[in-house]
Amino acid sequence: MSTPTSASGEHNPSSRVEPKRMSNTATNLVALHTIVRREIVRIMRIWTQTLIPPAITMTLYFVIFGKLIGSRIGTIQGGYSYMQYIVPGLVMMSIITNSYGNISSSFFGAKFSRAVEEMLVSPMPNWVILLGYVTGAVTRGLVVGTLVLLIALFFTSLHVAHPLVTFFSVLLGATIFSLAGFVNAVYAKKFDDIALVPTFVLTPLTYLGGVFYSVNMLGEPWQAISRANPILYMVNAFRFGVLGISDVRIGVAFVVMLAFVAGLSIVALQLLKRGVGLRS
Amino acid sequence: MSSVPALVVDNLRKTYGNGVEALKGISLTVQQGDFFALLGPNGAGKSTLIGILSSLVNSTGGDARIFGVSVNQQRNEAMKLIGLVPQEINFNQFEKPFDICVNEAGFYGIPRKIAAQRAEKYLKELRLWDKAQHQARMLSGGMKRRLMIARAMMNEPKLLILDEPTAGVDIEIRRSMWQFVSGINAAGTTVILTTHYLEEAEQLCRNIAIIDHGTIIENTTMKRLLASLDVETFVFDVAGVPGPLPAMSGVAIRKVDEHTLEAEMSRDHDLNSLFATLSSHGITVTSMRNKTNRLEELFVRLVEGGRESGKEKAA
Repeated sequence: MSTPTSASGEHNPSSRVEPKRMSNTATNLVALHTIVRREIVRIMRIWTQTLIPPAITMTLYFVIFGKLIGSRIGTIQGGYSYMQYIVPGLVMMSIITNSYGNISSSFFGAKFSRAVEEMLVSPMPNWVILLGYVTGAVTRGLVVGTLVLLIALFFTSLHVAHPLVTFFSVLLGATIFSLAGFVNAVYAKKFDDIALVPTFVLTPLTYLGGVFYSVNMLGEPWQAISRANPILYMVNAFRFGVLGISDVRIGVAFVVMLAFVAGLSIVALQLLKRGVGLRS
Repeated sequence: MSSVPALVVDNLRKTYGNGVEALKGISLTVQQGDFFALLGPNGAGKSTLIGILSSLVNSTGGDARIFGVSVNQQRNEAMKLIGLVPQEINFNQFEKPFDICVNEAGFYGIPRKIAAQRAEKYLKELRLWDKAQHQARMLSGGMKRRLMIARAMMNEPKLLILDEPTAGVDIEIRRSMWQFVSGINAAGTTVILTTHYLEEAEQLCRNIAIIDHGTIIENTTMKRLLASLDVETFVFDVAGVPGPLPAMSGVAIRKVDEHTLEAEMSRDHDLNSLFATLSSHGITVTSMRNKTNRLEELFVRLVEGGRESGKEKAA
């Protein structure tokens, strides 16, 4: 094994590879880019686990609920076919579950293997760690959402009614569940813990969040209870963006989503600051 | 060389949530450029101290300053100065060594181009370049440990902390790791080493602290510590022991078996008279060696001595 000394045994300072003096903003951007890049490389490395399964699942939804059952339902809200009606909900559902699943498994995996210590001992601020992981998870959500949308175009035709609303509802929805997945991963002590929330919380909320039906079809108190479900606002904001119809006021939907982003960001940053589950 | 010490630990305390008091207000100073040994038995508090220095453990009292930068007050600035080689393997084993090193540099804000140059440099110096594009899980135990050293060098730290870096590594690789770290130290990096291989500490380190039960029980130079050892034990391989063992003032001779004797003697006692006495009793010495290395002997005495006095106080 060689040493950083010259053949004469004297230290050779020129052997050091010196970077230029950089501002904190520049170093934070490099750190952020490193995490995001690593997350994207991970998503692409295991693409058969991260990209293909949601595409297959959603294709089955389109075939069974959209084509086979949907063709017997006829039109729904605003004269859209049932297939057209459920596409935005299913796209949002895949975005939510994949953003959540990506960050919870990736961050908990780093905790489990202790590779998270690489970041914890670095000078990186906590917000860079959080933003890096959230960006990676949102990226997976958006890639999967795009795939699902492309598959949907094989079954039905769609036009985007409000592009900006579509974009921001997807972005906020993915961000909310990335943050929630991060909080889950911080608290998780074993792999089972990161499966509990998707199974017992996320899936029921998604199915009851107006993906397959309009909440206006429900009687009270179920309609009021459904309005306490944050996924309802995401699904309807996205449906408004694509189809121009919604069960909730679009302004309220964005206020709810922004409030969740703010609240969960504060919680996640506090957990990192206190080192819950990460530092002794 | 600036007068700011590389590390000042000031009355550092750590009590874990379960009530275990791992550090009971320890203080020590490591000067710039030093090669410093931090020794202690398992559970003494070494890893807790290193955890606090690297911000993986939150202290419950006191502070540590790395080149004058407070770990408590300016964590991010302090962390820029440190490189850590932890006791446990803590990288993603599905990543490649090259990526592990480049990503590590990225966490320190080092641009990718420079990070790639450094990764190549340190992976080559640690003889891992040919494995740079293999999955890390395919590396041997010794290679994984060398990878952690290469990774710790990516930010070219002013203070390199090695927590049992050679645990479970064969002697050849261990020696090559010593050579590398000695070179790093000669190049100006301050090194703190914890190890259970006391031969390693004795050969490499200039200053030493021994920690036990969360307190520093010895903190001095290696030379002074070794000089304080007043008794040494030698093992003699002999052709045979024909009669009773000779009695000598100041030397305790013990028969281990028919071909092995042990002699415990004060350091000011000369070996010539011992050889003469053995010879006069018809004992032919074929070879001799130290029973343990000197530091090991001192270490055991200090730790056991501390425990005995603790028991007496408790009684």
